[in-house]
Amino acid sequence: MTFRHIQQGLLTVFLAFSLPALANESATATTIASPDAPPTAQPLFADVAIENRLTLLSRELRCVVCQNEALSESPAELATDMRQEIRDLMKAGKTDQEVLTFLTSRYGDFVLFRPPFKPVTYLLWIGPFAFLGFGVLVWFMALRARRTFQSAPVNSAQLAAAARLLEEKP
Amino acid sequence: MKRWLPLVFFMVLVGFFTKGLFLNPREVPSPFIGKAAPTFSLPVVGDAQKAFSPADMKGQVWMLNVWAPWCVSCKVEHKLLMALAESRTAPPIVGLNWKDKTREAQELLARTGNPYVAVPDDLSGRVGIDWGVTGTPETYVIDRNGIVRLKHVGPIDMDIWQNKFVPKLKELGA
Repeated sequence: MTFRHIQQGLLTVFLAFSLPALANESATATTIASPDAPPTAQPLFADVAIENRLTLLSRELRCVVCQNEALSESPAELATDMRQEIRDLMKAGKTDQEVLTFLTSRYGDFVLFRPPFKPVTYLLWIGPFAFLGFGVLVWFMALRARRTFQSAPVNSAQLAAAARLLEEKP
Repeated sequence: MKRWLPLVFFMVLVGFFTKGLFLNPREVPSPFIGKAAPTFSLPVVGDAQKAFSPADMKGQVWMLNVWAPWCVSCKVEHKLLMALAESRTAPPIVGLNWKDKTREAQELLARTGNPYVAVPDDLSGRVGIDWGVTGTPETYVIDRNGIVRLKHVGPIDMDIWQNKFVPKLKELGA
């Protein structure tokens, strides 16, 4: 099993949880695009295929100026330049993976919203699951300790006192 | 002892988060450290016939300062760069004019002084992207073999110069 597999496995776990949300989204999409909808506007760009690829890819990329924004939605001037750069690379026939390599070789893994699984990111990817596992372990240990709990021995005088208290009228 | 364990665990987390609060998110590690500086050839501000290329600096330690005439913090840094250039305590500085008008760069340097040995003119910002520039000012130190050794994001002040650049330059034998 390679790291890629583990990463994919983790993604599947995330997806399983978000599937209901996805289903909802596609349902709304179909209601909007009804057959007798008015004619849609002309696309703004000459090459729609490349524009679609650019949009999809740049959602996965960080804008290096306004760091928590995706490259696809950033109005920063540098983001516009970077999108143009990606557009040109795609026109030159580069694959998405080659575009990502181009960007990470210049800006580092920082531009990727989904960091690759490698030694420096082991803690990042596995950490949450390790913490969860640790929590479950502690929980089980606490449960077991409770089950094997031995109450302190009680003598007859204490039992008699308890019986007397129970019989008392409030 | 056992009952204190959660508290100890919590304090360790607090320690990490406190440290995180004081980290600079702009200080992104550059993938170029230890790698060859990207090449380019750009016309020089003031003489469009001449071109500058990093290959021209081969054999000496030099610095690439990314700046722009509109950039305010570059103006703050400019004073220090002038002082460094005048006292000859710094290696030669090349000033990449990043995405701003050639004429404005020329006028500003004529008015306030020019600390640079050359000012390549990156009008399109493409060279900036090749170098992984995220904004101005940014400064790179390149060694004799053309390998990037240091990157600093943001203006350089005396403190940063003394504690970050001087030790690195000494190490490189500049």
